[in-house]
Amino acid sequence: MQGLLNIPFIGDHILSLLIFLPLLGAFVLLFLKNERCIRWIALVTTVVDFILAIAVIRGFDPSVHTMQFVERYPWIPSFNIQYYLGIDGISVLMVFLTALIGWICVLASWTAIDKRVKEFNIALLVMQTAMLGVFCSLDFLLFYIFWEAMLIPMYLIIGVWGGPNRIYSAFKLFLYTLAGSILMLVGMISLYFKGGGTFDIQALMNQSYTFQFQVFVFLLFFIAFAVKVPMFPFHTWLPDAHVEAPTAGSIILAGVLLKMGTYGFLRFSFPMFPDASKFFAVPVIILSLIAIIYGAFLALAQVDMKKLIAYSSVSHMGFVTLGLFLFNKTGVEGGILQMFNHGITTSALFLCVGIIYERTHTRLLDRYGWAAKLVPFYAFFLFLFSMASMGFPGTNGFIGELLILMGAYSNYKLYILFLLFGIVLGAAYMLWMYKRVAFGAAVGHGGGHGAAHGGTHPGRIKDVNLREVVAILAFLVFVFWVGFHPMDFINIMDASVDHLLTQVSGGHALVAEVLVK
Amino acid sequence: METIVSIKPLLAVLVSLAAVPLILMSSKTPNLREVWSFVAAFIKFGLVLSMTPAILDGKIIEYTAFTVLPGIDFTLRVDALGLFFATTASFLWIITTAYSIGYMRSENEHSQTRYYCCFAVALSSALGVAFAGNLFTLYLFYEVLSIMTYPLVAHHEDFEAWEGGRKYVVYLVGLAKTALLGAIVITYMTTGTLDFRPGGIFTTDMPSMLVTLSYILFLIGFAKAGMMPFHNWLPSAMVAPTPVSGLLHAVAVVKVGVFSVVRVIMNVYGVDVMDFFGLGIPTAFFVSFTIIMASIIALTKNDLKARLAYSTVSQLSYIILGVALLTPNGVLGGILHIANHAFSKITLFFCAGSIFVASHIKKIDKLDGIGWKMPVTMTAFTIGSFSMIGVPAVAGFTSKWYLTVGTLEAGSVALLCVLLASTVLNAAYFLPIVFRAFFKPAPAGDEHFDSIREAPYFVVVPLTITAILSVVFGIFPNYFINLIERFLG
Repeated sequence: MQGLLNIPFIGDHILSLLIFLPLLGAFVLLFLKNERCIRWIALVTTVVDFILAIAVIRGFDPSVHTMQFVERYPWIPSFNIQYYLGIDGISVLMVFLTALIGWICVLASWTAIDKRVKEFNIALLVMQTAMLGVFCSLDFLLFYIFWEAMLIPMYLIIGVWGGPNRIYSAFKLFLYTLAGSILMLVGMISLYFKGGGTFDIQALMNQSYTFQFQVFVFLLFFIAFAVKVPMFPFHTWLPDAHVEAPTAGSIILAGVLLKMGTYGFLRFSFPMFPDASKFFAVPVIILSLIAIIYGAFLALAQVDMKKLIAYSSVSHMGFVTLGLFLFNKTGVEGGILQMFNHGITTSALFLCVGIIYERTHTRLLDRYGWAAKLVPFYAFFLFLFSMASMGFPGTNGFIGELLILMGAYSNYKLYILFLLFGIVLGAAYMLWMYKRVAFGAAVGHGGGHGAAHGGTHPGRIKDVNLREVVAILAFLVFVFWVGFHPMDFINIMDASVDHLLTQVSGGHALVAEVLVK
Repeated sequence: METIVSIKPLLAVLVSLAAVPLILMSSKTPNLREVWSFVAAFIKFGLVLSMTPAILDGKIIEYTAFTVLPGIDFTLRVDALGLFFATTASFLWIITTAYSIGYMRSENEHSQTRYYCCFAVALSSALGVAFAGNLFTLYLFYEVLSIMTYPLVAHHEDFEAWEGGRKYVVYLVGLAKTALLGAIVITYMTTGTLDFRPGGIFTTDMPSMLVTLSYILFLIGFAKAGMMPFHNWLPSAMVAPTPVSGLLHAVAVVKVGVFSVVRVIMNVYGVDVMDFFGLGIPTAFFVSFTIIMASIIALTKNDLKARLAYSTVSQLSYIILGVALLTPNGVLGGILHIANHAFSKITLFFCAGSIFVASHIKKIDKLDGIGWKMPVTMTAFTIGSFSMIGVPAVAGFTSKWYLTVGTLEAGSVALLCVLLASTVLNAAYFLPIVFRAFFKPAPAGDEHFDSIREAPYFVVVPLTITAILSVVFGIFPNYFINLIERFLG
C-alpha cells in the first residue's frame, strides 16, 4: 500500500484525497436510489479511504517531528489564509482511527438504519470528511471550517435517526458545542491580530505571547475543547447524545469526536500558550480527577447499558486529560495512546450495544442476563471489550492506564491514589455490566438452578452475524495489538511528543518573569 | 547461572488453553470432552517434568515472547521455585479432572462444558504465574485467574452463588487493581525494571518509605493469599462445586497468591533488603494473627467446607510466616508447605465432596458413625487431618518441622509459640471430626443414613491417591526439598 505514495499525483495530494474522497462518495450517493447500492458505495468509499490511511501511516516517517505530507496553497491571500494540510506523529494516529471507524460505522448501520438510508450515508461520509479535515488542517481558518462542519451531520444523525428524545439531545449537543466554538472563534481572531496577521498554526506556535494574553486565549480555547472532551463540568450533553444517537452516531461520537478536544489541547493550547497551560495544569488535573471518579460513580448507577458506557467515557477521557496535563513524556504519550485506545474500545462497546439493541429493542440491563447462554459469541466479544475497557493486562486499556499512572507518579505521587481508585471503580462498573448482560439477574429474580433465568427470556435470538463479526474483529485487532505491542504506536508519536514538550518547556522564563512582577 | 532459551514453558502454559476450543466443540459428547481435559493435563504435567532435570542441574529456562514497554517484557522464566509450584499444580490437575468426572456426573451438574473450560484456563494462568519472569507477566496471569474462576465460583447460579462470586471478584480484582497495580507502578518507577532477580531488584540505598509502602501494597494486593483482613472471599467461595474448592481454593488460586508473595519477597525485595528495612519479622507477626484467628473461627464452624476454608486461611499464613522469617530453614519450610498443604488439603476437600456425593451431608454434627459407612473416604480424611496437625510421617510434619527450626533461627520464641498454639488448635478442630466419624454411634433407625455407601470410584480413587501421596511426601520429602534448596542456592 505504500506503493500508492509513489504514484505522482496521489503521493503529492494524499491528504486531500483522504479528506475529500468521502465527500466525493457522498456526492455520488446523491444520484442513487437503490438502498443496497447506496450502502455498498458508502462502504467501498470508506474502505478505500481506510486503505489510503494505511498508506499514510505506513509512509509516515516517525523519526522526525516536522509536518509530513504537507500540501500548501494560498487560498484567500488578502487575509493570509491558506489551504494548508499536514500531519505529525500525533495527528497521524487520529487520522488512522477516524478512517478505521469510518467503514465500521457504515457496517454498523447496515440494517439498523432503514429509513432515509441515502441521507444517512451521506451524513456519515460528510462527517468523515470534516473529521479528517480537522486532524489534517494546519491553517486555523481551515481547521475552524472543518470543526464547525462536523456539527451539522452529527446534529442530523442524532436528530433524524435517533431515539425518542432525539431533538432535545441534538439541540443540547449543538448548543454546547456551538457555544464552545464561538469562544474559540474569538480566540482565533485575537490570535490572528497578536500573532502577526496569519492563520498558519505553525507560525502562530513560534510567536511568544504575553502571559496575560496566553491566559485569556487559553481559557477561551479551554472551554471549546473541554466541552468536546467532555471534561467535568461540561459533560452533561454526552450521555443524552449517546443514548439518543443511532449506533453509528455513538461510535463516531466516542471514537472520534471526543478526541477533538484533547487533540485541540495538543495542537493549540500546549504549543501556543505553554505558560498558561502550565499555569492551569493543576486545576485541569483536579477537574480530570473529578471526572474520573465522578464519571465512574455515575456509570455504576446506570441501568441503561448505553448510558453506562457513555459515563464511562467521561471517566476514561479524564485519564486522557490528566495524562496530557502532566507535561512529562510518559504521561503525554500515555494520554495520546489512551485517546486511541478509548476510540477503539468504547466504539467497540457501543457497537456491541447496537448489536444487542437491534435484536431486543431494549438497552435496560435488567432485561438481559441471558447473553452467555443464548448468544455465546456475542458474550465472548463483549467480554473482551469489557476487559479492555477496565484495563485488563494484555489489552490496550492497561497500557494506556499504566503509562498515565507512571507519568502521574513521577509528577506528584499522590495522584496515583485517586487514579487507582478510578481504575478500580472502572473494573467495578464494567464487570457488573458484563455480569448483568451475560449471567442472569442477581437478586430478586428467583434463584432457579441451571437454565437462563432472571431478566426477560427473549426466546430465540440470533448470535452475531458475519458483518458484525468483521466490524468487531477490526476493533479487536487493535485491542490486543496495543495491549501486547504498544511500542508500534508509541514510536510513531515519539518524536512529535518530544518536540511538543520542548515547545512547552520553552516558556519557563516567561512564567518566572510574571511571578517576579 | 546458565540460562537455556526454550519455548517449553510457553507450551506448558498454553496447552490447557489450547484444550478450551476442543472442550467447547465436544460439549455434546461428555466422554470425549473429558478426554481433552485429561490429554491436556497429562501433556502439561509431562512438559513440566521434562524441564526438571535442567533445573536440578542449576539451569534456568527462559522464554521472552516480546517486549511490551522498555523494561517490561512478556517473559516466562522457569526456576526451581516456579517449577516446584508448577509440578504440584499440574499434577493435581490430573487428579482433579478424574475427581470432577465423578463429582459432577454424580451430582448431575449443569453447564459442565463451561466448568471444564474455565478449569483449563485457570490452570493455564496458574502455570503462567509459576513461570512468570517479571511482575508484568505475573500480574497478567494473576488477573486472568481471578476473572476466569468467577464462573466456577458462581457455578450454581443461585443467590448464594452470585453473592459468593461477587465477593470473590470484589476482593480479588479490586485489591489487585488498586494495591497491586500501585505497588507495580512504584516498583517500576523506583527500580526501572519489573524483572525477578535472585537477590531482588530493590536495593538498600532506596528510600525506606517507598520500599515499605510498596511492600505493604504488595501484601494487600495479593489478596489470593488469604491474609486477614482480606480473607473473607475464601469462605464465601465455598459455594463452588467441591472440585473447585479442592483444586482452586486449596491449591491453584490461593497458592498463586502465596506463591506471588514468596516471589515478591525473594526476588523483588530479596532477603537482604527485607532484613535491612526490617520488614520480615513484622510480617511474620502480622500473619501470626491470621494463623491463630482463622483457627479459632474454624472451631466455630459446623459446615465442613467452611471449617476447611478457615483451616486453609490459617495454613496459607504458615507459608508467608516461614518466608518472612528470612532464615534458611524458615524459607525452606514455608515454601515446602505450599506442596505439602496442597496435597493434604485437596485430600480433605475431596473427602468433603465425597461425603456430599454419597450422603448430601454438609454439617459436621451429622457425621456420627459415617467412618464405618465410608471407610476409604474417612481414612483419607484422617490422614489429611494428621497432615494439617503436623503428625510425624505425614507431609505436614516436615514443613512444620522446618518452620519451627526457622523460628528458633530467627530467635523468636513468640513465633514458636504461635506455631505450637496453632497446632493445638488444628488438632482441636480436626480431631473431633475424625472422632465423630469413627467412634460415635450412628443415629439409630435413620433410613437415609443406613443407605449411605462409599462414593463412586471416580471420586474415591483420586482422594486415595492424594492421601497416599501425603504420606509418601511425609516420609520422602527429598524431591521437593532438593528443588527448594536449588532455588535458595
